[in-house]
Amino acid sequence: MTTQLNSENIATIIQKHISSSDYYFENNTVVVDPSQMITICQVLKTTPGIELDYLSSITAVDYLDYFELVYLFYSIVHNHCLTMKVRCPDKKNPSLPSITSLYNGANFQEREIYDLFGISFTSHPKLNRIFLWEGFHGHPLRKDYESDS
Amino acid sequence: MVILSERTMKVTHSTDSVFINLGPVHPSTHGVFRMRAHVDGEVITEIEPIFGYLHRGIEKLAEGKSYRQIIPLTDRLDYVSSMTNNLAYCMAVEKLAGIEVPERAVYIRVIMSELQRILSHLLGIGSFFNDMGTFFTPFFYMFVQKEKITDLLEMVSGQRLLYNYMRFGGVSHDLPDTFLPALNRFLREMPAEIDKYEHLLNENEIVLARSKNVGVISREMAINSSVSGPVLRATGVNWDIRKVDPYSYYDLFDFDVPVGTKGDCYDRYRVRIEELRQSLRILEQAISKLPAGRVLNPVPLRFRPPAGEAYSHVESNKGELGFHVISDGSDKPYRLHVRAPSLLNLSALREMLIGWKLADAIIIFGSIDICLGEVDR
Repeated sequence: MTTQLNSENIATIIQKHISSSDYYFENNTVVVDPSQMITICQVLKTTPGIELDYLSSITAVDYLDYFELVYLFYSIVHNHCLTMKVRCPDKKNPSLPSITSLYNGANFQEREIYDLFGISFTSHPKLNRIFLWEGFHGHPLRKDYESDS
Repeated sequence: MVILSERTMKVTHSTDSVFINLGPVHPSTHGVFRMRAHVDGEVITEIEPIFGYLHRGIEKLAEGKSYRQIIPLTDRLDYVSSMTNNLAYCMAVEKLAGIEVPERAVYIRVIMSELQRILSHLLGIGSFFNDMGTFFTPFFYMFVQKEKITDLLEMVSGQRLLYNYMRFGGVSHDLPDTFLPALNRFLREMPAEIDKYEHLLNENEIVLARSKNVGVISREMAINSSVSGPVLRATGVNWDIRKVDPYSYYDLFDFDVPVGTKGDCYDRYRVRIEELRQSLRILEQAISKLPAGRVLNPVPLRFRPPAGEAYSHVESNKGELGFHVISDGSDKPYRLHVRAPSLLNLSALREMLIGWKLADAIIIFGSIDICLGEVDR
């Protein structure tokens, strides 16, 4: 059974690297400030005993006041998982750091989120629309999207 | 007199990089998929996959439908594994709403998803050999068996492709009386068929020359690229959701997870062939254990799960298929996200293809076995 990583366990590891104001826990889900997410991913990927080396999925959600991205990581070696959430309150020009340099599997998923939610990812190698065509107006999965037709 | 071969040898070639467009409509893409390839001579130097031609906006459509109306939409993701898609989606909603499933229904779900796995792998292997140039001969051997599975699935659901069979809390109908005898007949004859495929193909010289050590992807690269399913296991990673995070009583079944060693096209083919045998083992055990009883705990047509979110995943035929359902307490999901294995298996395509010849690209792409309905959604 893929076990959920314990929040206290994770807290002892990440508090050495980032200040406690940049993260908190909601039922074993770590909610991270966007500025620190690369550091956290780096730490969780390389710390022995944690080694979250597999990015399973990224889900973006439009919660009207903010965008939320849900990252699900596994460790293939230890068979445990962790859910990380990042919130992006800027709805006008949403932007988050890209984790493609750490996880190649994030490449297409970040492009998909850029395409359908309009969230841009800084330092992504090639951020363009993945499903819809260039020149498509708007981002359909946003709650305020209205189609032209 | 100048010998032609000598003359050509003396010419110092310098080839320009040529841009070649493969697809979107090309027999080897198994759908509508495009690759922009830059080639130096015949060798690929850069490649960019382009897709989205089949994008129907299923995640957006789902936000406007009741939970149950989404089940037919999931059929249309990977349209050769509709049963597995139904199962993954129903499991996510059941987890969200805390719905119990009767024991008989769980076993029926296992039978359906393993039949679907055999069907999908037969098509995947068959079309892989089509791409290799053994034009339609192995494919039709496999198609004969695939047809029998289609008949079985038609018996239970009335449909031959998009089954819409699973429901929250079970399955829509119990098995008809004719189903189990037909399934037993299929199970009796299938092992010999698999032996026949292996006898024809495993040691075939052309197959070996064109797929061994071709399209190699390392274990580390596969993990880093979120690759899953047979492509991941061919690199030697023992990662099968049925084993590592069992659902639907898979922990009670006795089966092995075949893994490869090299991560080349040949390993991917062998992993799939071996998974056919393991699926047959699971089917036999499921039939012998199949309990009597109800197959559905009815759920109201427009039911409202409590606000919250749930992620549930299954080992689909192509890899890890996950559904992330977020509810706001209404009768429609606030957000539905599909973790599509076909899309993520393409993450490593660039690394697999660069340095190989254009003719190999077709085979490597075929060995990943994607379904464009799931890539584009």
